[in-house]
Formats: sequence, structure tokens, C-alpha cells
Amino acid sequence: MWTSVLVAVLVLLALAVVFGGLLGFAAERFKVEGNPLADQIDALLPQTQCGQCSYPGCRPYAEAIARGGCINKCPPGGESTIKALANLLGVEPEPLDAEHGVEQVKRVAVIREDECIGCTKCIQACPVDAILGAAKHMHTVIEGECTGCDLCVEPCPVDCIDMVTVEPDILTWTWAPPTPGLIATDRQGASA
Amino acid sequence: MTQLWDFSGGIHPPEHKDFSTTRPVRRAGIPERLVLPLQQHTGDPAETIVGVGERVLKGQKIAAVKTGMGVAVHAPTSGVIESIVEHPVPHPSGMADWCMTLRPDGEDQWCSRKPVPDYRALDRDQVLGIIRDAGISGMGGAGFPTSIKLRPPRDRKINILILNGAECEPYITADDMTMREKADEVVAGLKVMAWILRPERCVIGIEDNKPDAIAAMRKATEGTQTEIAVIPTKYPSGGEKQLVQILTGMEVPSGGIPADIGVICQNIGTAVAVAQAVLDGTPLISRVVTITGEAVREPGNFEALIGTPIKYLLEQAGVQQDRLSRLVLGGPMMGYTLTTDAVPVIKTTNCVIAAAASELPAPLPEQPCIRCGQCAEACPMELLPQQLFWYAKATEFDKAEHLNLFDCIECGACSYVCPSSIPLVQYYRFAKGEIRMQRAEQRKADRARERFEARQSRLEREREEKERRRKERAKAAADAQARKKAEAEQAAAEGAVADGRSAKAALVEQALARKKAKAEASQPPPAAEPQSTH
Repeated sequence: MWTSVLVAVLVLLALAVVFGGLLGFAAERFKVEGNPLADQIDALLPQTQCGQCSYPGCRPYAEAIARGGCINKCPPGGESTIKALANLLGVEPEPLDAEHGVEQVKRVAVIREDECIGCTKCIQACPVDAILGAAKHMHTVIEGECTGCDLCVEPCPVDCIDMVTVEPDILTWTWAPPTPGLIATDRQGASA
Repeated sequence: MTQLWDFSGGIHPPEHKDFSTTRPVRRAGIPERLVLPLQQHTGDPAETIVGVGERVLKGQKIAAVKTGMGVAVHAPTSGVIESIVEHPVPHPSGMADWCMTLRPDGEDQWCSRKPVPDYRALDRDQVLGIIRDAGISGMGGAGFPTSIKLRPPRDRKINILILNGAECEPYITADDMTMREKADEVVAGLKVMAWILRPERCVIGIEDNKPDAIAAMRKATEGTQTEIAVIPTKYPSGGEKQLVQILTGMEVPSGGIPADIGVICQNIGTAVAVAQAVLDGTPLISRVVTITGEAVREPGNFEALIGTPIKYLLEQAGVQQDRLSRLVLGGPMMGYTLTTDAVPVIKTTNCVIAAAASELPAPLPEQPCIRCGQCAEACPMELLPQQLFWYAKATEFDKAEHLNLFDCIECGACSYVCPSSIPLVQYYRFAKGEIRMQRAEQRKADRARERFEARQSRLEREREEKERRRKERAKAAADAQARKKAEAEQAAAEGAVADGRSAKAALVEQALARKKAKAEASQPPPAAEPQSTH
């Protein structure tokens, strides 16, 4: 009677030791560097690097969200980013926190080049190196690389940077959704 | 008799083709001004190679593609390049794009042409070069550069070359009339393409509602191995994927092209353009356009120069402005409404419908979907139009994509049969556009992230460098001080330099030593002497 209990205890103990060892080995051997959740969140953020969320860039904000921060602090991403984040994290989408700004149409920075004095302040402010120029020479924005983050506007001592709304051209144009018209009975009334 | 298969779905809309087949193809002549868009094809726009004010000859290349995919643009007649401006072009957005405008001088003077009747003596790549230089892109709709289409990947053997003469969309008769009147040129073009591709079979697919065209093509291909396949009339049998299925029984894989299953499909008009380019040395400067609809008195087909304004053609066909309610470019199923008649004919323009109000009435208001399932029965791609509609409307694009939204050919069969008159295709086009836009944004975001990270690491590196330099400087300063100290000590030890202080210390030491010696001399040791006296 006592021997069988002892055997059972010993067997379970042995199993626990073996599996504990295995798990411990796996935890060391297959350790994941960095935080994979932060990577996933970072992939959903718009990468404007504008800092409107009060973090110094998209990656730090992604890490903050991974630690349990609010998901509604990104105005450039807007509604769709909040939706995607909520989907990823399995939480309810919240409306955009107006404290951090409002969702705007896509814009790019444009330097009024004849007014530029070549101070390089905007170059130092640009988070994605999208401004080209040298000290005492005219600067210009590489439009294709500009994320429209606004960060270069404030440092400019002569206020020669404008944020210009990007208008769709023939290459970027897409079909608009069908506009809901009148319902059939209304239409009869309208034509009568 | 060629064996035929069927594709699922399809519809039978009223054809209205007899409007424009009663008159032979007319020459439209030279309008006052030609507008030549730099992008008339899929790919990159061409770049101008002549300047404003320059005189150009008929057939002279005026815009070329230097890098990337695209085709050249040629002057359709001799004249002067008037301007290079943004001008409305045939596009569903109704937006303007860069165009060259040419003022014809009326002389219609040709540049020198190099006909190659004996093209078989040339290399295949040389013939493809002729086709590329002639500015030929597919003339059926999408405008894919023909020279690229005729050069399939090396690992793809082309077994079947299909010439698409189905022309299934109502109203359009441009290919029908081309086959009737230029059957020999169609066959000549087909022969050139067959020589390039070396397929096992050449098939010309024609819908059975075009008996005259069938007879003409039969006559032209007599004695050759080219097959004429008469296919039942059903919309959209002229869709590339549908025609391939009808003639071969094989389906083009999702997201693939016919070349993936060893088939290449070319348009009738393209075949004529290839024949003219190779055999006559004539670049693509004109095409057959159907001008039809109840608002024109003399509907029919016109051989129009590329760049001819639609307005000019409508006048030739006797447009009745008071009856005209809507201008549609393309067919009634897949075409789009034009906002202005100033747009020019381009390489892909096959039809303009000047519709009276009763003919193409404004769409009825959209009503709720009643889940009747007629759209699914009509869909030639075997998709689920209803589900796609729900997801597109709810902007759940990933789910729509999962249901193969991108396989939709936008033929409009589902919208046509919908009893609730839901503009289904418009929803799909919207969803496709949004998905493409999101992808482009994602690509841009990835690039921004890369640049941001590169900048961060650069700043980090610079900071480290600065720190390292600061430490080096500090270390150098400390070393210098230590060296100085060591030198001073060494000098002191050698006595080479004795300052006042060390001399004083030496004097004190000497004085102390003297005092000690004196004290020892005056006081003899008391213990030693008694010992010695005893």
C-alpha cells in the first residue's frame, strides 16, 4: 500500500523534474529578443514619427502600447489605425483622444525656397531625413519621403515651410463609393 | 470544328450592334487640332523628345519611353507641336493629364518608313523591336504594351495564340467592321505574332452574332491552319479569361495571366497594327472607333487618327445635341461617362456612345439587397458578388480580398441582373481602390520606418563617436600631466636643478647632522668606560 503511493509520488516527481528541465532549456535556447508584440503594433502605426502621441516616435509609442498604454493617441493613423490596433490587441476601439490632435487629410511640407536662409534647423528636426540642404544653402523637401509630421515647421526661424494638402492626381485617383441616392418612393415624389 | 467549352454565368443584354454596322468604315479625316496624351497605355508615361514649335512629320516619334515599361507616341499627321499641356484625357476620373497638342499643316507628309515584308529573315527580337518602336499597346481595353506581351518568360511555352474577335459588349462594332474590311491585314498580323511565338494552334474566336465577319475571316484564312472558332453569343465571352476558357477549357489561375497556362490572347485591332508596323513600317497612329447611340444621325465606325477629339467624331456622325443626354466611352457595361467631349481618341478607345435619355437612363435608386442570388449566377468568375458587396459596403476590405475581390473583372453582369439595382461594380471598384491605396500607404510607412531607424542609428553613432573623442581628449590631457610630473621628479633626483627650497632642506639636514656629531663627541658613553676600568 505505502510502496505504491511512494512509487506514484516518485514517478510524478521524476516527470516534473524532466519537464521542468525541458521547459527551462527551451526558455533559454529559444529566447525571443525584443518584444514581438511591440513589433506587431509598430507595423500598424503610420510611421509619421510626428510625436503627437507624446512619445518620441512610433516605435516608443508601440512599446508603450505593448506595456498597456492607450491605443487612441495617434492622430495621423486616425480611426483605421485604432481599429487595427483594437483588432490586434483584442480590446474595444476607442474614439481618438482629441488632446493629441485631430485626424487630418494627408499633407506634405513644402519649403518656400527663395525665403530659405539655410539654417539647417529643419534638417535637424526631420525624423526621416526628408529634407536636403547644407548650411547657408537652400533646403528642399523630398516630397516622396515626407511623412507630413509638422516637426520642421516650428523650428524654422523665417517661417518659410508650408504644410500643403496632397491632392489626388490621375495616378492616385480611385473610385469613390456609390452615393446613397433617394429611395424609390422619394424619387417618385421628387419627379412628380 | 474547334471544340468549345462554356464558362459559368454570363448574361444576354440587348446588343444594339446593328446601329453601327450598316455603314462601311469612314475615314474621319484630319481635325483642326490633335491631342496626344503621353500615357495611353499601362506602364510609365512616355517622355517628349520634340519641343514646342517644332515641325513634325506623319509617323515621326514625338515621345519615347526611355526607362521602364511603356510604348512610344507618334505624330498622326504632319504639323507643328503647339504645346505640351495638361488636357482632359479619357479616364473615369475626368482629370487632366500631360498631352502634346499638334496643329496639322494639312499636307499629311510622311516621314521615311522602313517596311519589312520579309520579316522572317530578321531575328525575333528585331521584329519585337519594330513592334515596340511602332508604339503598339493592346487596343482592346487595358493597353498593355504588345511587345512585352509577345515576349513571355522563357520558361513558358506558348501553345495557343488566340485572336479575340468576340467583341461581346453591346453597341461596339469596331472589331467586327475591322474583320469585315481588313481581314487580310488581321491574318497578316496574326502570322507575324505566330512567327514570333511559335504556338501549336492559332485560333480566332468570333461570336456567332457576326456572320459577315466570320465569312470574311474564313475566306482570309482559307488554306491555312488558323482555326475560326464561332462561339455562342454571351456576355462577357470577350473577356480574356472567359475566351481562354471557351476555347481551351482551361482556367487562368487566380492572379495569373494566360501565359501561365501557355495561352496568349491578342485583340483584332492589335493584329492589324502589328501587320502595318512590320509590313508597311507604319506606327500606330490611327484606329477604328465606333460612334453610335440614338443621339447621332449617322452612327458607324470611323478610322480616326489617335488624338482626334471625340467632339470632332461626333460632328462627323451627325450628333444631335438636343437629344444627347450622356456620353459613354466604351460599352454600356464596362464603359464610363465622359464629362467633356474635348477628350481625344487614344490607342484603347474603341467606342463612344452618344446616348439619348431613354437609351441609357440614369440608374434607378439603390434598394436593399434581398439575397436573391441572381448576381452569383451571373458572375462569370464564379465569385460571390453578394458577400463582396456586404464587405465592400462595410469597408471590411480584408474579408472582401479573402473572397477573391481582385479576381473580379468588373464586367457588370451582377449589376445588370440585380433586381434591387445596386451598383455592385462601383462598390467593388471602390474596395479595390481603397485596398490599393492602403497597400501604397503601408509601403510608404515601411519606408518611413526604415529611414527613421537609419537616422536614429546614425545619431546614436555620432553620439558615441563624440563621447569616444571626448574620452580620448581627457585621457591625452591626463597623460600629458603625468609625463610632466615624472620629468620633474627625475630632474630633482639628478640634482641638475636645485631650487631654493631643496637647498634649504639640505642645509637643515646638514645642521642636524653636525649637532648630532657634536653631542656625541662631548658626552662619552658612560657604560663603556667603567667596564674597561674594572
